[in-house]
Amino acid sequence: MRIRVTKSLSLASEQEEVVGSNDLDEQALVAALKAGDRAACAVMVKRFSPRIYRVALKLMGDPDEAEEVLQETFISACQHVRDFEGRSSLGTWLYRIATNAGLMRLRRRKLETVSIDDPVELEDGEVAPRQLIDWGWNPEKHALNEELRRVMDEAIAALPETLRATFILRDIEGLSTAETAETLGISESAAKVRLHRARMRLREYLTEYFAAHRASVAERGDHDDARP
Amino acid sequence: MMTHVHSHEDCRQLLGMLSDYIDGELEARLCEEIEAHLADCENCRIVIDTLRKTVLLYQMPDPPELPEDVELRLFKALDLEPYLRKEPLAEPDEDA
Ligand SMILES: [Zn+2]
Repeated sequence: MRIRVTKSLSLASEQEEVVGSNDLDEQALVAALKAGDRAACAVMVKRFSPRIYRVALKLMGDPDEAEEVLQETFISACQHVRDFEGRSSLGTWLYRIATNAGLMRLRRRKLETVSIDDPVELEDGEVAPRQLIDWGWNPEKHALNEELRRVMDEAIAALPETLRATFILRDIEGLSTAETAETLGISESAAKVRLHRARMRLREYLTEYFAAHRASVAERGDHDDARP
Repeated sequence: MMTHVHSHEDCRQLLGMLSDYIDGELEARLCEEIEAHLADCENCRIVIDTLRKTVLLYQMPDPPELPEDVELRLFKALDLEPYLRKEPLAEPDEDA
């Protein structure tokens, strides 16, 4: 049986931005997917692949591996769509498949290289700030340059995997705390603790960058801190 | 009764709540405590400002989305190539 993917459904794929919006269009899409409609599968891939790829790229820190995670995610999603119960949104379900696939690869990679556990984390859930330097840089005023993007990616890559996954889902992809927790299979309070640790570590990393940046700007006697 | 004698211990307690604070998920009473502390603690002001900026930075749009060749290979891997068209995304030709 073949269910036709309606025009409104494909239109929605262009417009929908919010992951959590579990609207009628999504229900129609899921119904078509469950009925084995190939066009529906294409709609799902088109709608969600940029987000899934972004998550995979940030998580893996490597384009080839990100692409493998991306393919794995959608192959698995198309095969197992009948298991999707619709309790979460389709987007959250896909994030879960992708995050699991990515984390599994990262663990395998680690086992193959050196067998050590995640870096030791502070027990009280805090990261004590070492750097207390004001950045003198304002995200609202400046566009991101390439160097800053690279440093931001490095900072993410330096996070332990579990913190990294939490931060990517919550702050980059904009999932709610509840959705993030559900995607990762952890409690909301655990998600909050991980998010806070991740943010504090990233803050520390970026502070080092901005401190060095400011020092070099001061040395040049240059007052433009946007550095093109 | 609350006094705002500033000690390192206050900072430590406050640090654990900062993410909830900047996300607006902290109850009003605790927000007031934090704001009172911030009024006379330069260090915590810096931490909160840079933490907020960290989150903002990562929320700024990241332009390169899905490269075309990656998308093409994805559709190939899924055996969905006939559906890969720039726009509009709808039915494949033979079905029209
Ligand atoms: Zn303080």
